[in-house]
Amino acid sequence: MKKDIWLFEISPKKKLIDLNLKEVWRYKDLLLLFVKRDVITKYKQTVLGPLWYIIQPLFTSIIFTLIFNNIANIPTNSIPPFLFNLAGITAWNYFKDCLTETSDTFKKNESIFGKVYFPRVIMPISVVVSNLLKFSIQILIFFCFYIYFLISGLNVIFNINIIFFPVLVISMGLLGLGLGMIISSMVTKYRDLTFLIGFGVQLLMYLSAVVYPVSVAIDKMKNYPIAVNIIKYNPMTTVIESFRKIVFFEGEIHFFDVFYMMSVSLIIFFIGLIIFNKTEKNFIDTI
Amino acid sequence: MENEVILKIENLSKQYRLGVIGTGTISHDFNRFIAKIRGKEDPFLKIGEKNVRNTKGKSEYVWALKDLNLEVKRGEVLGIIGKNGAGKSTLLKILSKVTSPTTGIIKSKGRIASLLEVGTGFHPEMTGRENIFLNGAILGMTKKEIQSKLDEIISFSGCERYIDTPVKRYSSGMTVRLAFAVAAHLEPDILIVDEVLAVGDVEFQKKAIGKMQDISKEEGRTVLFVSHNLSSVKSLCSKSIVLENGMIVKSGSVEDCIEEYTKIAKKSIGEEMKFINHTKDIEFLSKKLLVKKKAVSEKTIMFLGDDIEINISFKTLEEILNLSFAFDVINVNEELVAHFTNEDSGLLFPKTEKNTEVNLKIKTDPILFIPGNYALNLWVGVNNREVLFEIKNLLSFNLEKGSLSKRSTKIPKHSKMFLPSKWSSNIS
Repeated sequence: MKKDIWLFEISPKKKLIDLNLKEVWRYKDLLLLFVKRDVITKYKQTVLGPLWYIIQPLFTSIIFTLIFNNIANIPTNSIPPFLFNLAGITAWNYFKDCLTETSDTFKKNESIFGKVYFPRVIMPISVVVSNLLKFSIQILIFFCFYIYFLISGLNVIFNINIIFFPVLVISMGLLGLGLGMIISSMVTKYRDLTFLIGFGVQLLMYLSAVVYPVSVAIDKMKNYPIAVNIIKYNPMTTVIESFRKIVFFEGEIHFFDVFYMMSVSLIIFFIGLIIFNKTEKNFIDTI
Repeated sequence: MENEVILKIENLSKQYRLGVIGTGTISHDFNRFIAKIRGKEDPFLKIGEKNVRNTKGKSEYVWALKDLNLEVKRGEVLGIIGKNGAGKSTLLKILSKVTSPTTGIIKSKGRIASLLEVGTGFHPEMTGRENIFLNGAILGMTKKEIQSKLDEIISFSGCERYIDTPVKRYSSGMTVRLAFAVAAHLEPDILIVDEVLAVGDVEFQKKAIGKMQDISKEEGRTVLFVSHNLSSVKSLCSKSIVLENGMIVKSGSVEDCIEEYTKIAKKSIGEEMKFINHTKDIEFLSKKLLVKKKAVSEKTIMFLGDDIEINISFKTLEEILNLSFAFDVINVNEELVAHFTNEDSGLLFPKTEKNTEVNLKIKTDPILFIPGNYALNLWVGVNNREVLFEIKNLLSFNLEKGSLSKRSTKIPKHSKMFLPSKWSSNIS
């Protein structure tokens, strides 16, 4: 008898890197349907609906401007502080949403995951994709204000930096997804991390140059080299700074910075993917 | 082609950890890690014992499945039977890739889909149509496949009128029908069915069973059918296995397996009397069991038409309002056969003072169940809701035919009760 050819095998052993990309591709329709579901259902039965996309960054920027620029007197060079903060928050929000929403993937989808199999990674990817919509709406709002400030005399030159914009978005997505997948995998065993994520993200924001220019921070915190290093080598700092360099043209974006940011994002993304893949096989027994 | 093995399970085992996960996980993980580095076997895989639910084990790891070997051929309808906790659901979970085995391997030549996930991923805010697509995609269909079957699915579900209404406005029956309709049109090579048929109205159940038969007989697909309901296993399956404590104890023809399963079930019904859920409110004092006015022990043989008298005493330790008692009679399939309470007879306990002795005397009418093994459980509670405690197997009895029926053959097992009848004839 000829040797049997099996369509697939289910076994406990799994290679360290065992990404079944073909399988993920086969489920691409599911990805799109999850994105559609997220978009349709997110603001059902709210009065203001997608207006929340606008209200939240707007009010945050106003408060930040009042506190950090008016009370704490953080200089923003020649840029209007409100616009400076709005730029930072818009970019930061995309990363934050990707991170926090993917970080409870396993816990939130326990009931689906416990009953039926599909490549689990579809779930966090769909979150990152559906957040793109929110991000583009917020970018649009930002540009409305941007144009308003341009008309009232803000002086910027359109510049070559703009070509890095897609790289920034991809980098943020990968970074948020990677960290989110790592955390969601750990949460299945150690619930402690759910407590960490809320204020951890808050702290990370202050270390990512969202509310101040990096040059100011380096200058003022000479005596705290550790804090300065964290800010300097945090890839999100590069993302936020680069975004501001694109819109306000505060100098060239160095290719090396982008390269560094992209590498870190990719490394974290792959680590996340590996851990996530390892977890998905057995998490239902421990959650 | 006919005798081709489509699914092969080799030495499949699954280990679970008992108790609260949390304390000790880090240290266990660390030990595992060290063992892995040194190239040794996982230290926690060695311990672990047979999964016997009702005896307390020494180890905190148990084997839900142990060294399972099984081959399923194309077109076969395999019935999987076993007591609660025998490992049926674990096997299905591994087959549907929800969790992975601890050791062993499963090889398959076809797509596996299961009906345990009826309605998984339904979003209440989305319309029926949108949910068909989402649910179908979750189950592994592509958009094109769903599109081509959409009309069929909608008409099978019988929800045409509501198809563009959000699912949250559906009745629960409608949701299930829609979900089943999607699952039934999956067309996998191997279909796993887990007692989902208990939902929906009679008409729909017929439809569902009919669909299952079509799948296996006409389309030549393989079906794994898990059920407690022995009569539906008998009518649907061509082969069967019996699971007990994570092992296959019997495999072969459906008749043999049902016989084996009944044996196992009989064993469990003769278990010792057990108290569950003690509270500080009430205390059990004593009991006396009589069959036909003769005192009997907790395990007894009785005959059709005999009655049972139970004299049982309790002492209240607190004041209790609306004290209530209920008896359950359970058969070997763990189905509830009869249920009777103090309220049925009109006897109520609106307010029972602290430190009162409650002596109850309960006498049943002649018992006319189908001969077989039964257990009588007592439930003590408040307001028919809050449980104070339970006594399992207060009495387990083997009911035999006796003199009430003079027939020489057995009374069919699948009839529900025995109805005594008087016959006379006038032949001229």
